[in-house]
Amino acid sequence: MMEVTGLDMQPLWITLQLASLTVLVLLLVGAPLAWWLAFTRSRFKIPMESITALPLVLPPTVLGFYLLIFMGANGAGGQFWTAMTGHPLAFSFMGLVFASCIYSLPFVVQPLQAAFEGMDRRAVEAAWTLGASRSRTFIQIVIPQVRRGLLTAVVLGFAHTLGEFGVILMVGGNIPGETQVVSIAIYEQVEALNYGAAQQLSAGLLLFSFIVLLLVYGVNRHWHTELKI
Amino acid sequence: VARRQSEFILVIPMGGKSMRIVLCGWLILCCWSGAAFASQVNVAVASNFLVPLQSIAKEFEANTGHELRISAGSTGKLYAQIVNGAPFDVFLAANSKEPQRLEVSGAAIAGSRFTYGLGQLVLWAPQLAESYSSIVEVLTSEKVYRLAVANPTTAPYGAAAIETLKKLGVYDDIKNKIIRGENVSQTYQYVASGAAQIGFVAKSQIISQSMSHENASHKTYWTIDGALYSPIQQQAVLLKRAENNAAARQFLEFLQSREGRAAITSFGYGLVDSGLVNTGLVSTGLVNTGLAGNGLVDHEKKP
Repeated sequence: MMEVTGLDMQPLWITLQLASLTVLVLLLVGAPLAWWLAFTRSRFKIPMESITALPLVLPPTVLGFYLLIFMGANGAGGQFWTAMTGHPLAFSFMGLVFASCIYSLPFVVQPLQAAFEGMDRRAVEAAWTLGASRSRTFIQIVIPQVRRGLLTAVVLGFAHTLGEFGVILMVGGNIPGETQVVSIAIYEQVEALNYGAAQQLSAGLLLFSFIVLLLVYGVNRHWHTELKI
Repeated sequence: VARRQSEFILVIPMGGKSMRIVLCGWLILCCWSGAAFASQVNVAVASNFLVPLQSIAKEFEANTGHELRISAGSTGKLYAQIVNGAPFDVFLAANSKEPQRLEVSGAAIAGSRFTYGLGQLVLWAPQLAESYSSIVEVLTSEKVYRLAVANPTTAPYGAAAIETLKKLGVYDDIKNKIIRGENVSQTYQYVASGAAQIGFVAKSQIISQSMSHENASHKTYWTIDGALYSPIQQQAVLLKRAENNAAARQFLEFLQSREGRAAITSFGYGLVDSGLVNTGLVSTGLVNTGLAGNGLVDHEKKP
């Protein structure tokens, strides 16, 4: 466990793990979903788009409350997970990953969907007619075209999970070393009137978030100018 | 068919790689939980008792070698989490309602419930330098534009504050001055930040703050006469999953021991005297923490 000036850095570490894993899972699940939403003519498109956007609208406490019931020992999700793995889902790190995936879903799916929709499909079709395989087309034609959308999706998903509070307050249980993320740790320090520790953690989070965004916008700009040439 | 296959090939290597990362994460997690001692006690504590608990935990851990893992939150949220299967062994609430409900529903061990401390309501006025002859005079002072009170529907200290104002007969006069904190911690912040000139807070907050900061402003407060509000009984229960957790029982015994009680009072909480309230404190192994396991069951209350 890292200790910096007597301050417990573990919540920060857990938060980073949570945000990274959430973005990874969301890319695997969200990219196919975004692709489908971008190109389908199914009558389920509109309902699916609405469901995907729900976490944007719902207050985190409402979302957290439903997730708590769903993931709890008596909930369908909780019981399924326990049957599969032998561990409870709520109040565990994996439970936080699941909750964060729901919470940050629109932040990954929507930029990807927009990027897929904005793609030049002629290039994709040309690649196919020239005999390129689907995987080769995807890697060489699709990904370069959507990379800015992809970057936006990764950053928004990561940042949104980093700042997650209300949902985790409901389903996390504030367990040190497992579900105590940095926002919860800050809240706890404020509750305990340790304003000094709260300020240190907050400053750490602020600085880290700023650096991440700075890097991302730097890369984005680099790509932007590259495209113009 | 060829197209289909290549699509799969595309998906599988990605899936494989990420699965490996997921599995790695999972393994790390398993190692973490495996490293936990059998004698670990997970304590869910109401925020207002967090600081005293941290100090008591150090003593308990040094004495017994057991490890306390502390999760703080509001009593209502912790209750909802316990009902939904949160892995807590001991619940230290800010009131008696939630522990009682847990005991009735069977989520807590019957007979394990006791009052570990009585909340002391104080009126805190760090900015008021003049001397006042009574609390009513402070409350109605022209210098006071805002009075901070915790939300009375959820926070026990808020309910006690409103009760006090009504008993003093000033509630209607000053109710327009009241600003509500979500809980007693936020109420404290309102006053500490100067947003409110005075506020009803917990004595324990003032004491734990003056322990860490030598700040004279903390010392301007009036302790409210206990006769003006119903007692704020902060109760503890042993939760169902800790039925066979000897360390958890030992911790509850420790809270009731002479050392535990001394620590609790030093942070500004009152104690229940024998006979006043039936809490199980009476005649339990107050001194001998080695009684763990028996003391709690013996004092099962009659319905």
